[in-house]
Amino acid sequence: MTTAIPAPTTVTPIAGRLRWTIRDGLTLVARELARLKAEPGQIVAALIFPVVMVVLFGYVFGSAIQVPAGGDYREYLMPGLFAMVCFTAVQGVMTRMAADASQGVMDRFRSMPTARLAVPFGQTGADSLVGLPLLAIMVATGLLVGWQPHRGAAATSEAFLLIVLLRYALGWLGVHLGLLVKDDQMAAQLVPLFLPVTMLSNAFVPTGGMPAWLRFVTDWNPVSALTAALRDLFGNPGARPAHPAWPMAHPVTAVLLWSAALLVVFVPLSMRAYARSGR
Amino acid sequence: MTDPIVLAEGLHKSFGDTHALRGLDLSVPRGTVCGVLGPNGAGKTTAVRILATLSDPDSGRASIAGYDVVRQAGRVRERIGLAGQSAAVDEKLTGRANLRMFGRLCHLSRREAHGRADELLERFGLAAAADRRVAGYSGGMRRRLDLITCLIQRPEVLFLDEPTTGLDPRSRTEIWDAVRALVADGTTVLLTTQHLDEADRLADDIAVVDHGRVIATGAPDELKAAVGDGLDVVLESPAELRPAATVLHALAGTDPTMTGADRLTVPLPGGAFRLVDIVRELDRAGVAAADVRLRRPTLDEVFLRLTDAKESAR
Repeated sequence: MTTAIPAPTTVTPIAGRLRWTIRDGLTLVARELARLKAEPGQIVAALIFPVVMVVLFGYVFGSAIQVPAGGDYREYLMPGLFAMVCFTAVQGVMTRMAADASQGVMDRFRSMPTARLAVPFGQTGADSLVGLPLLAIMVATGLLVGWQPHRGAAATSEAFLLIVLLRYALGWLGVHLGLLVKDDQMAAQLVPLFLPVTMLSNAFVPTGGMPAWLRFVTDWNPVSALTAALRDLFGNPGARPAHPAWPMAHPVTAVLLWSAALLVVFVPLSMRAYARSGR
Repeated sequence: MTDPIVLAEGLHKSFGDTHALRGLDLSVPRGTVCGVLGPNGAGKTTAVRILATLSDPDSGRASIAGYDVVRQAGRVRERIGLAGQSAAVDEKLTGRANLRMFGRLCHLSRREAHGRADELLERFGLAAAADRRVAGYSGGMRRRLDLITCLIQRPEVLFLDEPTTGLDPRSRTEIWDAVRALVADGTTVLLTTQHLDEADRLADDIAVVDHGRVIATGAPDELKAAVGDGLDVVLESPAELRPAATVLHALAGTDPTMTGADRLTVPLPGGAFRLVDIVRELDRAGVAAADVRLRRPTLDEVFLRLTDAKESAR
């Protein structure tokens, strides 16, 4: 039976510990950015992905799908793509955490005086930074294919803030999954499973025609909440389905609650998993 | 006499039904190199992980420079460096960027981290490759970078877990040279290895580990003397086996083992055996030997003999 329970007796003032957490976190953010700089191809691929999605779904699906309340399909689609790209945070952060765990880099961090919180904070922070140019590319592509926000600067800013917030919260889910998987090859095999999860939503098609059980799943999928919130805030078509489930009736609140819930659950869980991994 | 800088007392650790450590004791004086020698699965890595604060013991206690590895892990981490079995560096970054990053994460100032990185790259012969990405390094260069990454915060104790596993002989020699240079600086080194040879070259003291316990400790010469050399004899013909075995039994006090149709091997007890004496004894018995060789015992033989001794002592 375990008798040795780790209890830090080194009394560091909270402020000091916070300062190191921030400094170490920034060092690790810088590391992620330097890695990207070393692989320009990867950045290009990451930036092309949303463009391909817009063209593929916008023109291929768009040629056949009717938006229920009328309106342009590509205007309908863009909020869904914003949400879908937002969810790539999970797989991105998961893959990085798993790679560090499997290559022993994580053990090295854990054997150093580095602040405990810094590694997951660094990964989620870096992912959010990388998310910004992705968002910019998507906006530019969207504008090119005829999408635009219709409800003014305040609503538009609110929409982008929701994307950034949910992306950050989803990053922590990625941290936790990465620490569970602990193996980069395993993580790579999990990545394709994320696509169906994002497809089980209102991102590409209206959910009205789905069977009730499927509609229940899609209505409560956070992808749907973000998509609906963005349609609302951008003033894009398809904002409100008839007889909506609660998250579809209050999509902005739903996204805020989802983000809060993800952070409340996965920040402490990840911290615990990080501190205890390999013990 | 100062207290040992690395101290482990009665460490136990199990993973499910596997008992990795069963009461491991270890004591390393400051400024020395301790070689922890043992086969795969003996518990070497588990012991190192506990000492380096990566894992908690189920029972027993351990300290580094007087700080408990569980309750004062933060203090311990400021004083140690750990190089595991894989080169734990970021392949996408350059050697220099790796060192700077790890320096910053050890809470050096930017200037210190940069200065220390340059100094270490220069000293351990990686200056020319410093601005290349680690992905393009050879296995030996990677390990060397991994090793100097541990030195960035000037650790008092350095843990090297099988530092030369998977390296070619030249890279291995480079790592050995690097370790000797560290020891000259006064760093205490605890290294695990499966190779007696490696422990012999680097360690002041060797702790032989088997089944999660230390079964013998001592300076390399003491252990070798205690275990003795191995004697290999290749005979002119298989017909010589019987007379040769009789001679070898008389010399060694144990029965030799057949390692081929015309060859025998026998462990010699510690002490002075000269090759000429052995050859003369064989000759006197009329045995025609094609080759007679004395060699340092292999790790297998050391283990067999140490574990045999332990069994018979029970």
